[in-house]
Amino acid sequence: MPSFVITEKCDGCKGQDKTACMYACPNDLMALDKERMKATNLDPSACWECLCCVKACPQQAMDLRGYADFVPLGASCVPLRGSDSIMWTVKFRNGMTKRFKFPIRTTEEGSAVPGGNYEVTATDINSIELYTEPASMKMPIWTYKK
Amino acid sequence: MPMNFETVEVTTDLLIIGGGMGSCGAAVEATYWAKKHGLKVILVDKASMPRSGAVGMGLSAINLYVGLAEGKNTVEDYVKYVKYDLMGVARDDLVANIARHVDSSVHLFEQWGLPLWKDDDGNYVHEGRWQLMISGESYKVIVAEAAKNALGDENIYERVFITEPLIKDGKCIGAVGFSVRENKIYVFKAKAVMCALGGTVGVFKPKSTGEGAGRSWYPPFSTGSSAYFTMKAGAEMTCQEIRFVPIRFKDAYGPVGAWFLLFKSRATNALGENYMVTRADELKNWGKYGAAKPQPANLRNYLGLLDIKEGKGPLFMRTEEAIANLAKVYEGDEKAFKKKMKTLENEAWEDFLDMTIAQALLWAATNVEPEVRSSEISATEPYFISSHSGGSGAWVSGPEDLSAGTDYFWGYAQMTTVPGLFAAGDATGACAHKFSSGTHAEGRIAGKSAIKYILENNTLIEPDADVIEQMKATIVQPLELYEAHKDFSTDPSVNPNYILPKQYMFRLQKIMDEYVGGANSNFATNKASLDRAAELLVFLKEDGEKLAAKDLYELLRVWENKHRFWQAESHLRAVAYREETRWPGYYFRTDYPTLNEEDWLCFVNMKWDPQTNEWSVFKRPVINMFGVE
Repeated sequence: MPSFVITEKCDGCKGQDKTACMYACPNDLMALDKERMKATNLDPSACWECLCCVKACPQQAMDLRGYADFVPLGASCVPLRGSDSIMWTVKFRNGMTKRFKFPIRTTEEGSAVPGGNYEVTATDINSIELYTEPASMKMPIWTYKK
Repeated sequence: MPMNFETVEVTTDLLIIGGGMGSCGAAVEATYWAKKHGLKVILVDKASMPRSGAVGMGLSAINLYVGLAEGKNTVEDYVKYVKYDLMGVARDDLVANIARHVDSSVHLFEQWGLPLWKDDDGNYVHEGRWQLMISGESYKVIVAEAAKNALGDENIYERVFITEPLIKDGKCIGAVGFSVRENKIYVFKAKAVMCALGGTVGVFKPKSTGEGAGRSWYPPFSTGSSAYFTMKAGAEMTCQEIRFVPIRFKDAYGPVGAWFLLFKSRATNALGENYMVTRADELKNWGKYGAAKPQPANLRNYLGLLDIKEGKGPLFMRTEEAIANLAKVYEGDEKAFKKKMKTLENEAWEDFLDMTIAQALLWAATNVEPEVRSSEISATEPYFISSHSGGSGAWVSGPEDLSAGTDYFWGYAQMTTVPGLFAAGDATGACAHKFSSGTHAEGRIAGKSAIKYILENNTLIEPDADVIEQMKATIVQPLELYEAHKDFSTDPSVNPNYILPKQYMFRLQKIMDEYVGGANSNFATNKASLDRAAELLVFLKEDGEKLAAKDLYELLRVWENKHRFWQAESHLRAVAYREETRWPGYYFRTDYPTLNEEDWLCFVNMKWDPQTNEWSVFKRPVINMFGVE
């Protein structure tokens, strides 16, 4: 199954009101078995392999097994997502390993101000300027001169 | 109330449905104007905002940045590009309106924390003329954060799936839906509704029919809710025949944009021939669009498909050749050469890891190093996505300053033909190539416009109680049907009293694939096939009343498929109506195999009438507005 839960590592996000993977999945695929305190991907054929669940799991109890109908076994693609970058460990079927690190954001988590700190001058609901414009366009808003 | 469901009523001024890029744009914009005027804005998402919608996984590029302030392009340049890519069928006013605001959205993303690639002089790194490279793993997380900060957590309802619009006296007055996590039905009452519920995936049979069906190019959770919501409201729709078929890395559907544009790669057939060169003469059959640069996406597809048909496949992206060409200038300086190769390798992997992780895994699982060997590319199955190179969606009003005095204007920018119902992103038609950034900008335009509408039409219309009761019963009916009959057979999945959503979806996909020009029919169809599909869809629609669900999870799938069906039906009607072939790489009418500018350079629009339950399909003119012809 595309994203899967490692039985031994999953603790069902004990003590929280919802599991991290259940919160993250954009397709509502993750379900928690409360008796076992283990999560499961309900439908592999509806999994996009976006890895939002894998990146969110606080126990690193989730991984990816490629779609069995076209991906040969033996490779892996493991993310480790931090607050400003993500590290990837890519293992090839032939044993080769590659590591990559990419930035993911330039500001502190939670700090996005809706107006982007642009000067707000738009006051007329009938004007063509949107909330942060013209400052965020860095020029007057275009219109067609007939 | 049936089955122990609690009803939650929420009253607001503006209701935003959907949590993707368009809705996030609408949220940021609408809350600013709403606060000024003491109005309330509520947002409903079927998933959770940081990762919901088509950008949830991340993106490696922003595909629309006009560069107006830098003087790189004009609005008219962009209108021309979009119109020619769509073979003449686009709304100049809507495209221009997005183009004049989209750079603003991109600048906001940067302020919020999205890492845009910069060159040594501090300028954005362009992938192509309109595209910027980003490190976009957290693109949606960042954009959603700004929207959430604008709205406030108390005004956001996550994991609530909207099933139906609320309509009274022809106006949109809210929406109903259910929680996918607890037994609750939601009734949202609003003075205006902004709909941005994404495109449609899973109408056609996918090429991978096992687990790999999940690896659709566009996300499997885009299930036609925009199309359904606007059609059921009685809104006029446009371009429902313009599906999109991307050519992508085979099977895992990794993006090709960076390879074609940034790395300047060629695509060739198995003989090493570049079909864009060897088949250049074919372009002359497709009017002035065939001569456009870049060639329209559907024509590029078509030339590749002709090679496949002739037995010259598979097709390959010549990654090793492209990387060798880029590194060539450093030959002789071993250190610089190695450094350049390392940079290119990083860029190639980031492109996939940021937005299509499955493709990176497929490379690793098949021991592909892109600098060493080529990778296969192939056409996918068809999708409905007007934000890319497609067109299907609601017919909305243009902005007053650009559209007043034409048939494209009826009072409020981005409003559908249903008063009070606004739309953005994949929910609006005839304004392609807006992608993630343009969708956000369009959401901003719609958000402001919807608040203006509320200020000028400031009355809350209460829905009729009996209508609400009926809708609530309809929402949970699949659960009741299952409960009533599940014990009739020893295996509840095989039961003559109902159909489960997955099998229903397979039936839809088989009909559409075989008769309406799916991937397995080489995207070809004709009147006789379309007539047959229409017959079979009648049975399927009737059986839709017998969709059953064993739990809330399956109830979500039931409703997604009810929505998906309407996208399929409207597509069939539009393809049948347009008696020509205009986008040969998307679908081919074998009974009308040529472009017919005289009769068919027009929009095909349609409308379902909620009063009579009847469809009408008709033409609307393409108006050239800014000297772009």
